[in-house]
Amino acid sequence: MSTAEMSTGVTEPKGANNDTVRRLNMIEAINDALDIMLERDPDVIVLGEDVGYFGGVFRCTAGLQEKHGKTRVFDTPISECGIIGVAVGMGAYGLRPVPEIQFADYIYPGLDQLVSEAARLRYRSATEYIAPMTVRTPFGGGIFGGQTHSQSPEALFTHVSGLKTVIPSTPYDAKGLLISCIEDNDPVIFFEPKRIYNGPFSGYYDKPAEPWKRHPQSEVPEGYYRIPLGKARTVTEGEALTVLAYGTMVHVAESVCREKGVDAEILDLRTLAPLDIEAIEASVKKTGRCLIVHEATRTSGFGAELSALVTERCFYHLEAPVERVTGFDTPYPHSLEWAYFPGPIRIGEAIDQLLSE
Amino acid sequence: MADRPDADREAGANKPALRLHVPEPKSRPGDTVDFSHVPVSQPGKQPRPDEACDARETEGLCHDLIRVLGDDDRAHGPWDPKLDPDTLRTMLGHFALVRAFDERMFRGQRQGKTSFYMKCTGEEATSVSAAMALASDDMVFPSYRQQGVLIARGYDLVEMINQIYSNKGDKLKGRQLPIMYSSREHSFFSISGNLATQTPQAVGWAMASAIKGDSRIAATWVGEGSTAEGDFHSACTFATVYNAPVILNVINNQWAISSFSGFAGSERTTFAARALGYGLAGLRVDGNDALAVYAAQRWAANRARANAGPTLIEYFTYRAEGHSTSDDPTGYRSAQEREEWPLGDPVMRLKNHLIALGEWDEDRQTEMDREAAERVKAATKEAEKNGILGHGMHQPFRTMFEDVFEELPWNLKEQAEQATRERLIKFNGGRPK
Repeated sequence: MSTAEMSTGVTEPKGANNDTVRRLNMIEAINDALDIMLERDPDVIVLGEDVGYFGGVFRCTAGLQEKHGKTRVFDTPISECGIIGVAVGMGAYGLRPVPEIQFADYIYPGLDQLVSEAARLRYRSATEYIAPMTVRTPFGGGIFGGQTHSQSPEALFTHVSGLKTVIPSTPYDAKGLLISCIEDNDPVIFFEPKRIYNGPFSGYYDKPAEPWKRHPQSEVPEGYYRIPLGKARTVTEGEALTVLAYGTMVHVAESVCREKGVDAEILDLRTLAPLDIEAIEASVKKTGRCLIVHEATRTSGFGAELSALVTERCFYHLEAPVERVTGFDTPYPHSLEWAYFPGPIRIGEAIDQLLSE
Repeated sequence: MADRPDADREAGANKPALRLHVPEPKSRPGDTVDFSHVPVSQPGKQPRPDEACDARETEGLCHDLIRVLGDDDRAHGPWDPKLDPDTLRTMLGHFALVRAFDERMFRGQRQGKTSFYMKCTGEEATSVSAAMALASDDMVFPSYRQQGVLIARGYDLVEMINQIYSNKGDKLKGRQLPIMYSSREHSFFSISGNLATQTPQAVGWAMASAIKGDSRIAATWVGEGSTAEGDFHSACTFATVYNAPVILNVINNQWAISSFSGFAGSERTTFAARALGYGLAGLRVDGNDALAVYAAQRWAANRARANAGPTLIEYFTYRAEGHSTSDDPTGYRSAQEREEWPLGDPVMRLKNHLIALGEWDEDRQTEMDREAAERVKAATKEAEKNGILGHGMHQPFRTMFEDVFEELPWNLKEQAEQATRERLIKFNGGRPK
């Protein structure tokens, strides 16, 4: 789809029951999902640093406290272990907490509560207690965030049995997936790619940013709708190769493939755990080539799991080794961000390599 | 510039050398025991402020030790909960049962019936008496040494032993290490091996109860060693910020495995006194005085229930036995400590109180102990019908894959099938067709 096509008229909303459609950016879509769930379910509670009166440092919770009250949407002390720990207790009581961790880079103080408690609670109590919580947290780079405002720690969570990991890449998905996460009875980490809060990203940081309103996936139906967890989205259909991506990198990969004129089948995984293995398998068996793209560091990143699965399951259909395009195995740098970021050059090289074999 | 060392001298050479202080307990194996630092306050002399008081009014109580039972075996002072003899006998009955249970389960571990056990000997009051001061539907978030709460709430002994044996009757399906009980029916939260994680969870539960306008409160237990965990700090902060209806019980039994309480910070202050810095009400209580424990827990429960705020209670007691069946305390502390602990034994003290009241006698005590031992023995036999650890009568192996998530994802389905094949190979002597 060309940029010109993307900017033309309203297309039909997909999967929604509601006729009214608004063009929202990802922040507004997330805010809308929270608003709807606070309205629908009196057990939904939103908590975190600066989420209450102020409405969040990224405005995702703006207006929610005023509308739903201070006991439903409130500010917390600066303590990630406390935020996640009390959310586990609230879940045990029967509430459905939606804690926010201001940046994924700051989730580590809460890791014990997530890994040892939230993820294990259903299992260790044989379903007596559950942790139906959704931890929302902005992640990813591309914003000059330096070491502690850019990280992509998803692989730390996909490695934990008992946790679900969800990453939207569009406003439409962000709303529908977040509603599904909040209603899910398992603990979910909902990573929000902050580079694309306001608009999709081509990977060319030196070009003007596109706003969401020019993108068809910014058409967000009013009211309640869900996107099921564990189901990938086919961004583009193609025959030459399969691209597996999520979050910001869906848009970067799409832009590179379009630019190069490659007939790529791009899958936006949307949920890393549980993974849509059927969609991955079907696509790679069709194309015979697979490129995996993520921002996170390479070694033991989620791409390694994807590569292993593709190799195990599609080995006799592969016409070239599986390629991984990732961040480098360094802490996220500040000044050298665009040398670190897996942008068009790195992706383009990998595509050339895949198609040459 | 006067504070700067001379340019031609080594930096700091004009100052005394700094020294790192590494705490050391008063006695080690073979040493004469010195308990002179242990506070033994006069029973009945501690004031009992109003339950709705400002947290600052509890400052004196954070450094004192609330005691009710005197050397004369009588109850003294404003903290006397004035329990009727039937309630006291019930409490004593729970003590007897906990002690009998611990004895038999410890022996069961030594006989190889299970892998692990932890006694609470000497600390029975801190769970039984505290639990009796709460409503039965107040939610408790225990550590691993509060089996007394389950006993006081009437949990089935057979269920407890099934869990310890990880047998086919185990409600937790053999997934959990022995003694990591869970009973939603008894408002008893699932025990975790990770220390102090339950403390912010208890605060969160209490916040939820307040959000919903409920009347139930939460109580949590944590050892003095685990108060050093960051979670405990978070729990205290969140409790005070939201005025959560929660009780934070710190069981100061002097030892965290081999580390004496100095390594959790006891040398220069009390654990109760930490409450003050957070703006929590704080009480420091003789943990071997069943009446004082009951009274303090009731005070804190009333305070929480009246929206007057959370309370941190330090129960000062002594871990009379090893940390666990995997621990030998003669490797790090004097064997005489237990004998000479100045606050005595909670069971004996309550028994002597009832005798002093003319409501009990040695013969009835002997009979109570015998009945408790019989009850535990009968429950053990019943549980052993469901198997003991490692004798094959465990949960079906497929249950290993259940409850990781609400629904089985594809990868766990595949792994469950793999496990099925492995079982067929193991027991059918060849690969399945």
